[in-house]
This record gives sequence, structure tokens and C-alpha cells, in this order.
Amino acid sequence: MKRIAIFSFIALLLASVLLASKNEENKVAEDLMSTKESLLPSNEENFRKMMDVLTSVRCINCHPSDNVPKQGDDSHPHYFDMRRGKENLGYDATKCTTCHQNENNNFSGVPGAPEWSLAPAKMKWEGLSRIEIAQTMLNRENNGNRDLKELEHHLTEHALVLWAWNPGVDANGKEREKPPVPLEEYREAVKKWIEDGAVIPEKLDH
Amino acid sequence: MKISFNINGIPQAVEVDDENTPLLWVVRDILQLKGTKFGCGKAACGACTLHVNGQAVRSCSYAVKFAEGQEVTTIEGLGTPDNPHAVLLAWFEDVVSHCCYLQPWFLLATAALLNENPNPTDDDIDQNIINVCRCATYYRMRKAIHRAAALTNQNTTS
Repeated sequence: MKRIAIFSFIALLLASVLLASKNEENKVAEDLMSTKESLLPSNEENFRKMMDVLTSVRCINCHPSDNVPKQGDDSHPHYFDMRRGKENLGYDATKCTTCHQNENNNFSGVPGAPEWSLAPAKMKWEGLSRIEIAQTMLNRENNGNRDLKELEHHLTEHALVLWAWNPGVDANGKEREKPPVPLEEYREAVKKWIEDGAVIPEKLDH
Repeated sequence: MKISFNINGIPQAVEVDDENTPLLWVVRDILQLKGTKFGCGKAACGACTLHVNGQAVRSCSYAVKFAEGQEVTTIEGLGTPDNPHAVLLAWFEDVVSHCCYLQPWFLLATAALLNENPNPTDDDIDQNIINVCRCATYYRMRKAIHRAAALTNQNTTS
């Protein structure tokens, strides 16, 4: 009887040691996972970087909510009372392309890029919060019926969007402000955000 | 560098050192067509307006390289003395011009507008025929634009 009690005690001790060791292993694995995750940018960080760009004047100036394109780093209404026009390209004879060509003109300070135009009225972002912009941007009724892949292409490859990082000089020869995130970092953030399911954070701290 | 285009229906080839030279300076200084004016150099005043393929552009802000293979029209090519453009006739009829410095732009802008919109309303005129006439001939211009539209439509239907 005494012998059985001793065997049981030893077995119990071994089981406890094994269990503790297993728990320790799990804990180490969990710690490693969480370290790895904390090194990767979170969905919210990717979203923040993308939105730092999309809410910059270089993007918002051409996504107005009132059919009036905006100009300059102070987003003033476009001079000469220029408006959206019938097809986002200005009026019948005084169009965007009357002044804007396929590239910046550093003599006159007139900016230019391929397909220079205002974003369609459904893509109005001016005055919206970051979350509202993301919601409307993902809504195919408002985004030109783009799926996520097409949206990613527009955001990261479209020459008119990329112009923001090569905005040239203004009429006074002063360099226009670029978006606050470098192009490659922005591209990476957009791609990761979309790859991770294009999840819009429920609320933002900033 | 050689750039070739048609100007007022005539083929031209010009040599330029810099392909980004504004078309305005090529037209005025190389081709000696002085009707296209320099105003602000910022694509704001419109004095340098001419047509590229029938569309109004501000030539002070239009690199000559973009003119390669295109049809360029200046005020000198808007009709002929024997067969003036309807816009010119209307301008004479309504005695629009005063100092004349900026009139070439208004004439070319009006011709471009009538190409796109044969019956412009006052709103269409306000939206498309913009910028400054330093002699403030705006009311006479508005009358002349309606007259030019009527003359163009009359010529089209007759």
C-alpha cells in the first residue's frame, strides 16, 4: 500500500512537471507570435498611412463635394470660376485640358498628368472623415464599380494619383506640397490593407 | 530637335533646343505669327490662346513637343480676308474690339465654343469665355458671340 502511494505521488509529480513544461512552451510560442505581430504594421497603421495620403490636399483638391475643383496647398476654389462641367472635364470649350497637359509645366506652374480631370461627383471626399472616405471608396456604387483589385490599382498605379508625389511648382515657382507619406511606404500600406481584407477600423484614435 | 505640325493648314517643321519650349514662343518668334499674344505666362489671362485640333489651349503653358503631328490654328488662320470666320464678322458688326490686344483670344475661344456648342446661352458664354478684357468689352462680346452663333447656323443651313 505504501509502495502504491509512493508510485502515485511520483506519477503525479511527473505529470505536473510535464504540464508546466507544456504550458511554458505554449507561453513562449504565444509571446513569439505576439512579438512578430507587433513588429508588423497593424491594420490600423496601414489604414492610417493610406488615409494620411488620401486626406492630403493633393488628393482632396480633386475630390470636391461642391463641384468646384480646389487649388494649391491652401485648397482655394479654382480660379476663373472653373467647375466640374458635364463629364468632370470642365466646360464645352474651356476644359481642364485648355490649360492642363499630360505633365507639369514648370514655366507656367500649371500642373499636369495623363487623364487630368476631377473625380466623379460620386467620389466626393471633401469634408468627410477618414472612415467615411473609406466607406464610400469601397462602395462599388460610388467608386466607379471597382473591385478591390481595381481599387488597389487606382490607388497605387494610376498616373493621375501618382502625380501627387511629383506635383511640380506653382505659379510662383514654389514646390507644391507632397503627401505626408513617401510613395513606396504608401503603396505598401494600401496593398497590405487590401490584402488583409480592407477592414475599416471601427473608430480611430486620431 | 525638329518638331513638325500643321499651322493654319500649312505644314511646318521647326528646330528647337528644348522640346519644352512653350508653343507661344515658337509661333511668335520662329514662325513670326504675332497675333498670338503673351499676357501673364501663367495660363491665366488667355492672351496666348490658340487651337490645337480645334480645341482652345493656352500656348504659354503648352510645350511645343505636344504639337508634333497636330493641327494648330492661330488668329491668322481663322478664316481668310475673302472668307472671314463668322466670329470675325460678328466682331466687326458689333464693333467689339477696342485696344485689340486680348481680342485674338476671345475670337479663338468663341470659335472653339461654337465648334462644341452652336447655340450657347448667356450661362455657356459666362462659363467658357472667361478672363480679362482690359477694355471691358464684355457686353459687346456677348452680343457678338450670339451674332456669330446665328451667322454660323445660317451658313450651315443655307
